[in-house]
Amino acid sequence: MSDRIELPETEWKRVSQKYIVVDVIGSIIGAVVMVGGAAIASYFIGAQWAWAATISLAIIFILTIAFTPRRVRSIGYALRQDDLLFRRGLLFQRFVAIPYGRMQLVDINRGPLARAMGLSELKFVTAAAASGVTIPGIPEQDAEELRDTLVTLAESRRAGL
Amino acid sequence: MTDYSDGDWHRLHPLTPLLKGGIAFVAAIGIVIANLREFLIDQFIGGNGEQGEAIVWATEHGYLWIGVLGFIAVLLLFVVGFYFSWRMHMFRITDEVVEVRSGILFRTNRKGRLDRIQGINIVRPFLPRIFGAAKLEINVAGQDANVQLDYLSGSAADQLRTEILRLASGTQQAPDAPLAPTEGSSVIEQRLNEFAAPELDPAAVSAQSVVNIHLGRLIGSLLLSEFTLVLIGVVVAVIAISATTGELFVLGIAVPFLIGSGSFYFQRFTKSLRYSIAGTPDGVRVGFGLLSTSNETLPPGRIHSVQVTQPLLWRPAGWWQIKVNRASKSSAQGAAGQANTTILPVGNLVDVENVLALVLPGEDAHALREALVAKGGDVGFVNSPKRAALFRWFSWRRNGFALTPGSVLLRKGAIYRELVIVPLARLQSVALSQGPIRRRFGLADIRVHTVAGPITPAVGAVDAGDATTFFGEVADAAIRSGTTDTSHRWRSGEALA
Repeated sequence: MSDRIELPETEWKRVSQKYIVVDVIGSIIGAVVMVGGAAIASYFIGAQWAWAATISLAIIFILTIAFTPRRVRSIGYALRQDDLLFRRGLLFQRFVAIPYGRMQLVDINRGPLARAMGLSELKFVTAAAASGVTIPGIPEQDAEELRDTLVTLAESRRAGL
Repeated sequence: MTDYSDGDWHRLHPLTPLLKGGIAFVAAIGIVIANLREFLIDQFIGGNGEQGEAIVWATEHGYLWIGVLGFIAVLLLFVVGFYFSWRMHMFRITDEVVEVRSGILFRTNRKGRLDRIQGINIVRPFLPRIFGAAKLEINVAGQDANVQLDYLSGSAADQLRTEILRLASGTQQAPDAPLAPTEGSSVIEQRLNEFAAPELDPAAVSAQSVVNIHLGRLIGSLLLSEFTLVLIGVVVAVIAISATTGELFVLGIAVPFLIGSGSFYFQRFTKSLRYSIAGTPDGVRVGFGLLSTSNETLPPGRIHSVQVTQPLLWRPAGWWQIKVNRASKSSAQGAAGQANTTILPVGNLVDVENVLALVLPGEDAHALREALVAKGGDVGFVNSPKRAALFRWFSWRRNGFALTPGSVLLRKGAIYRELVIVPLARLQSVALSQGPIRRRFGLADIRVHTVAGPITPAVGAVDAGDATTFFGEVADAAIRSGTTDTSHRWRSGEALA
């Protein structure tokens, strides 16, 4: 009873492999800041528990970074006839289906790292705040095409709220 | 009677400035005059002159007349200001939008699209009500996106509501004859009649209110709330502390708290009095209030999800409460002083069935009622498997979901019973998720996303296979209903009369 959830007959598009680099570098920066800060604090506190906390923090970051490639590969999306399917997560899996007619707007975001790698992030907004679908690591050109496609699709299937 | 929907600009009730903030202003003048009076008494009759020191000082230094002139100038400025703000505050209603513009120096202009109207609320606070004025609030989808028209005369507000709903419904039919004005020859008689009139405009209602909250039930529901439990807890704690320590000052602290609780109960009580809910051709109309009244129309297809719950204490009495999620936030408070998302403050199963039939016209209200009270394993629900008992100790038999032609149903809780209904046409997206522990047991969580509100439609710990199937079914059904739904122009099908 420990199978992962799989949706039948769905061909997932995966995000760019380059996004692994972006994610890893971002995590490393975060890790250096957090662990460094904790280490300085521990140095001044000088207690054993403080060092133990710092080390566990470091281990969590190392594990996060080690699993990044698999986590990035788990992100997927599929443009179906009338809705967008999205998935992410290894340990905590999440699947979301958004009918095109429900999309209120599509955002393109680029962080400095992602921009250096030529990647963009697409964010979909519906009338429900909880929908929360963000696809990272899409090549710039594709992202813009995808946005235009989706906006056209949303427009053609527009319904009431 | 003026026709407000002719597309021209109209002004509000002439008493508006007075009702909106002028009363505080009048009170301020009153205070100044009261001070002056004491000063005059001191001056002519004699006294110790401790009051009105500012004025005494002004006289002694010869500034009195400057002060008086300044005061009159400020007064005039306010009056002129109020007058112009009333002159500049105008609204109009066209076929597409309702538009309000206001402000003297900083002008604002607000347009609300009629097909995005989420509800129309007529509020009559106590004081304006005496003057026969009412506030019309048009809720448009979005946070703080209300178009407020305060104040209008009561009959104008009623007429305007009818007009806006007619335009918003997309019907091609000519408007009905305007409402007959309230009968009564003198102004006072007219006011009295308005005051006593039923909140439901008789001409527009197909049926009388489907729910009547009995006075005893209202009081009972207030007393059997969680708040009462907290109150009893506090009182017991206070008595225990003062008994053990012998310190009586704790009692002194408790007194303001008790007074506050009393006013809380009183407010909830008066707000829920004269509660009514009825179906009209243009939506569900919910009214309540004794001194300050509120009467809100929710056009069809504006309810994004419905939740029926039963707090534990209400169980012996068999009472339920119904809440809804809406795409707009109204500034006015709803029944029982709660947010106006509570459309049935308290009711028995029959009331629940009647209200559900009103707010979800496409659903089989009786089946919903069955689902509400069922112990589980029936009425079309897919429930959690036995292994989910680890996560849902008492409720695993009931914990589940179902899909009807028009809605998603999510049922939870054996102790705190709950049923959430999300119309498919209003559903924004659907999510399926699973964490490591759930995976170990082959379970998953389903979540349905709707606009923000008091309800979060979700059901946890259901069989992973069932959930996956359900996820696919809901996604398909949502698309289908999205293409066929026309409820945002609910009467557009009607032919030209």
